[in-house]
Amino acid sequence: MMNKLPLIIKREYLAKVRNRSFIVMTILSPLLFVGMAALVFFLTKANNDDVKVIAVLNEGQFFEDSFRNTAALSYVSFEGMPLEIAKDSARHEAYYGLLYIPDGADIEQVTGNVEFFCRESPGIGILSAMEGVISNKIREVKLRDFGVPDQVMRELGSGYRINVENFSGEKKLRGINEIKAIIGGAFGYLIMMFIIIYGAFVMRSVIEEKTSRIIEVIISSVKPFQLMLGKIIGTSLAGITQFLIWTVSAGVLGMILAGVLGISTDELGPHTVSPEAAEAVNGMSDGIRENLQPYIAELLKISWGWLLFSFIVYFVLGYLIYSSIYAAIGAAVDNETDTQQFMFPVITPLMLAIYVGFFSVFNNPHGPIAVAFSLFPLTSPIVMLMRLPGGIGEGGVPVWQFITSVVLLVATFLFIVWIAARIYRVGILMYGKKPGYKEIYRWLRYS
Amino acid sequence: MSNLLEVNDVSKKYGSYTALDNVSLQIPKGSIFGLLGPNGAGKTSLIRIINQITYPDRGTVLFDGKPLNPEHIARIGYLPEERGLYKSMKVGEQALYLARLKGLSSGEARERLRYWFDRLEIGDWWNKKIQELSKGMAQKIQFVVTVLHRPSLLIFDEPFSGFDPINANLIKDEILHLRDQGATVIFSTHRMESVEELCDDIALINKSKKLLEGRLVDIKKQYRSNTFEVGLDVPDRTAIRAEIAQKFRVADASFKSLSDEVKLRIHLPDDHAPNDLLAYLVNLGVVTHFVEVIPSVNDIFIRTVKDSDDE
Repeated sequence: MMNKLPLIIKREYLAKVRNRSFIVMTILSPLLFVGMAALVFFLTKANNDDVKVIAVLNEGQFFEDSFRNTAALSYVSFEGMPLEIAKDSARHEAYYGLLYIPDGADIEQVTGNVEFFCRESPGIGILSAMEGVISNKIREVKLRDFGVPDQVMRELGSGYRINVENFSGEKKLRGINEIKAIIGGAFGYLIMMFIIIYGAFVMRSVIEEKTSRIIEVIISSVKPFQLMLGKIIGTSLAGITQFLIWTVSAGVLGMILAGVLGISTDELGPHTVSPEAAEAVNGMSDGIRENLQPYIAELLKISWGWLLFSFIVYFVLGYLIYSSIYAAIGAAVDNETDTQQFMFPVITPLMLAIYVGFFSVFNNPHGPIAVAFSLFPLTSPIVMLMRLPGGIGEGGVPVWQFITSVVLLVATFLFIVWIAARIYRVGILMYGKKPGYKEIYRWLRYS
Repeated sequence: MSNLLEVNDVSKKYGSYTALDNVSLQIPKGSIFGLLGPNGAGKTSLIRIINQITYPDRGTVLFDGKPLNPEHIARIGYLPEERGLYKSMKVGEQALYLARLKGLSSGEARERLRYWFDRLEIGDWWNKKIQELSKGMAQKIQFVVTVLHRPSLLIFDEPFSGFDPINANLIKDEILHLRDQGATVIFSTHRMESVEELCDDIALINKSKKLLEGRLVDIKKQYRSNTFEVGLDVPDRTAIRAEIAQKFRVADASFKSLSDEVKLRIHLPDDHAPNDLLAYLVNLGVVTHFVEVIPSVNDIFIRTVKDSDDE
């Protein structure tokens, strides 16, 4: 009997892979994806290239050359102009706005009366850039009033960062948790997308067998459970094929695109960037390289083999749980429009897992919410994977949590597949009914 | 062992709904067995149990003397009432797939498919998709995949519903042919005319209970009512009719004839033999027609179902 399973898997796989819309999706998606990325890149670039010009009318002595041009902001001095004329010309020149700094006895009086005129409500980034300049100046002036020497002031300006170490004295990097959570998040997101896309495929394929009325012919030859299993495995193999094609082709396309863009920035480079700026950029990238080194080291320390292993475990179990639910839903209904009432409870835990993951696990990978959701079997495949890049054991996910999570997941898997198979077995032979939850509960008790 | 299939006291419930209530059947080897009953009587439930799609709550089913087990699946061919094929799959691939699910090897299946495709003149459809075929063509394919693995038990659930008359006839001939080659056929339907033509044995199920079972001729004998249709050529029809009506229970009959005679349906009391009636009639005039009224399956069906509903 069991030798029929490969036959079913093969049919489901081929039926899926040869499907025209599947082929189109497989080819088009990477193009779309890379195209979108390129579009976003160009749009962002175009957006940033648009330098905002702000006129500054400074009547006092405090802000003589405090406003320096930045990549996105350029300041024009309207010094000496009467305010009304300055407003007019700023409007005529289509400047972004006019910053008016009146004269005053002391810095407090001056800054208290600063005004910004502009056509539309200004962007928050622009406002905070100007506010930063002004508040720096206030600090500087006040400190000088207290008689603080310049040298001290420069030293005060230097930032401060806490050095983070764990109890065994290992140096820890700030932000590394977020980076690790993003890596885990990517895995979790992948699982969610896979479940949503290919779970729906399983469901549609079950519905198709019902509507084409072949189902009874098939299950007079094979057990409904075999058919369900074969369908799930075949569809997921097709899904993996598609994912692999996507990954490879998106990678290749991305590389080509990056190559094209790289050349174009080089061409632009020498003409637009001043030598000093270029030097500064070089210096900076040296700094970044220095700072990046420990991060790369830390990332290399993640046991990728272990992570990949857990990914496969959570992926397989999570996908099987959800796709058997999808199969049961497909069996219970006659057409796809009837699936809606059952879809909400399926999608909810997935969405919850992703949002909880992004909002809670990033900040606090081992907090109570993160722990709870990484144990709860319907969310653990996603949430646990976001926590796992932190490692297992000290400083990472406690071993008991990992084991509990997997055990719960396996138990749930067995339970859900058992339930789904029962619903499936009865549902596939029910035609022309639109069952509610009550009806389906009754099916569970049929022998 | 002369019975291929024995169903013993099988009961099946779906929740609180009883689909089968203590049903027993004996299906002789090499016969065409009519499983009759109105819609919802429990025929399909019984067939699904024989196909091991569902299982009885109580009772046993013996196939060739052994309790049903998964190996029997390959020896049964089932054409369900709700039937269809994968619409976007090619004919050949699909037939191969279904044959292999029944345990045939790929080579065997190909060879037999070629035979059947030739026999039913559908050879050049191999690479067509089902959705490109007409309904009649798809039905032929459906029939082929049902019989391809040479099952010893064939189950047809309403086989002619949806078939056009030409295909229905073709399939009827093929079913008889398969029976002659030794297959046992269960033929489930509520259309009685095809039962008269095909079935050797019948069972009647109504409201989850078996009402009647046996050889078709025996059942007909059991239901004969000692009624005869007669035609009598006489000068004074009204007087003769009145005279006969005094002696027997009569009703008017209608049948085709050449002369303008008295046409009657006469019901004889149990102690009268047909010859007595004939002798009596011959004295009255020229007997042009004398035939025993044999109950049709349809009559038996309606009478039995009505009687059981009245109880």
